[in-house]
Amino acid sequence: MCGTCGCGDDEHITYRNPNNPDSHLHEHSHFHGDKEHSHAHHHEHDHSHPHSHDHSHDYLLKPGGGGALNSQTIQLQRKILSKNDLLAERNRGHFEALSILAFNLVSSPGSGKTAVLERTIREKGNDFNCYVIEGDQQTMNDADRIKSAGAPVIQINTGNGCHLDALMVNKAMKDLKLPEKSTLFIENVGNLVCPALFDLGETKRVVIISVTEGEDKPAKYPNMFETAHLCLINKTDLLPYLDFDLEKFKQIATQVNHHIEFIEISAKTGEGFNQWHEWIEKQRLIGTE
Amino acid sequence: MHELSIAIQIVEIVEEEASNADAESITKLELDIGLLSGIEPDALEFAMEEAIRDSLLEKTHIVYNYIKAVVVCEECCNEFDTDDYFNSCPYCNSLKTIFIKGKELNIKSIEILKQ
Repeated sequence: MCGTCGCGDDEHITYRNPNNPDSHLHEHSHFHGDKEHSHAHHHEHDHSHPHSHDHSHDYLLKPGGGGALNSQTIQLQRKILSKNDLLAERNRGHFEALSILAFNLVSSPGSGKTAVLERTIREKGNDFNCYVIEGDQQTMNDADRIKSAGAPVIQINTGNGCHLDALMVNKAMKDLKLPEKSTLFIENVGNLVCPALFDLGETKRVVIISVTEGEDKPAKYPNMFETAHLCLINKTDLLPYLDFDLEKFKQIATQVNHHIEFIEISAKTGEGFNQWHEWIEKQRLIGTE
Repeated sequence: MHELSIAIQIVEIVEEEASNADAESITKLELDIGLLSGIEPDALEFAMEEAIRDSLLEKTHIVYNYIKAVVVCEECCNEFDTDDYFNSCPYCNSLKTIFIKGKELNIKSIEILKQ
C-alpha cells in the first residue's frame, strides 16, 4: 500500500530511465501494519518526537496481560499527512541547498503538460538545465517525448496511484542526480483532486488549464487552484473557435486564490512562452535573494 | 476516493503512537477535520470503518470534530465564518481573504489503557 495514501500498491510503482528502460530503481517494501514494529527498511523514521526502542512491544499482541490498567489521554496534534510533509521538506531542503528550482505541474489529463515541457526544453533547455520527473499510472510515452526533446527524465508509473507523493519524488531525484542550479519539472499524474493534498517539496506549484475545458474549473476543483502559485492557460490558439470566457475564468480563479498569477500560452504556436520563461527566471532571482 | 488513503494513514499513525506509549488498548481517538480540507465527512467515516478492521482501533470510539472554515480579510483584518471559497468580506467587500480555520487534517488525541 502506498506509504502516504494507500490508493495504490507500492510494489506496483516503477521508476524507469528511458536511456536504460530495463533497469529499475530498487523498490523496497515496508510494513507498518505489523505489530513487531521492526523498521527493517532504510527510509527515515519521521516521527515528530524521538523515542528509544529498548523495550518490547509484544504486549500489544497479548491484551489483558494482568494488573490494573490506567487510562491516559495523549494529545498528539499530529497532521495526518505529516509523513509526506516531512519528506517533502527534506526534498525542499535538498533543492534549496543546490539552488535547484523545482516545479510541480498539475492539471487535468490532456491539458498539455507534456507539450508545454517539450517546447520549454527545446527553447530553453540549455539555459535552464532542465530535468524532468514524469508521473503517470502507466506507460513510458511521456518520458520518451521528454527524452526526444532533450532533457534527462525519470518516468514514475504509479500503478493504481492517483498522484505523486514526496517519497516517489525523493527516490526519482536521487536517480536523476540533479546538478547545482538546475531546473526540475515534476509532471504530476493528470488529476485535479488528489495531487492538491500532497506537497512534493516543490519551489512553486503550477496548474495548467486548457481553453477546451470549462471556465468554471477553479470553482469545481478549488483545492488545486488555491494551492497553486501560477496558472498557465494553454491552447490559446484555439480561442477563436471556442466559447471559453478568459476573463470569467480568471475572475473565478482569483476568487479562489487572489495570489495566483496567469500566463496565457500556446504550446503549439509558442505564444506566451517568453513570459513563461521570464517567470521561471524570476523564481531563480527570488530564490537567491 | 482519497478518504480511504487518509483513513489508512490515520490508523498507521495511531497504532505507531499507541505502541510508543506502551498502550494495551486504544479506547478513544479524536480527529480534527476542517470542512474545507478536501475531505468529504461521509466518505471519511465510511472509509474509517474499513481501515480499522483487524487493527488496534477496531473497538476504539472515534470522535470526529468537523471544523467550520473561518477566514480573515487581508484588507481590514475582519474575521468571519464561511462555507466555501467564494465570499467577500462582509465588512469591506474585499475578496482578499485567507483561511485561518477549516483546513485541518489532524489527529488531535488518543485515549489509551496501559499498565
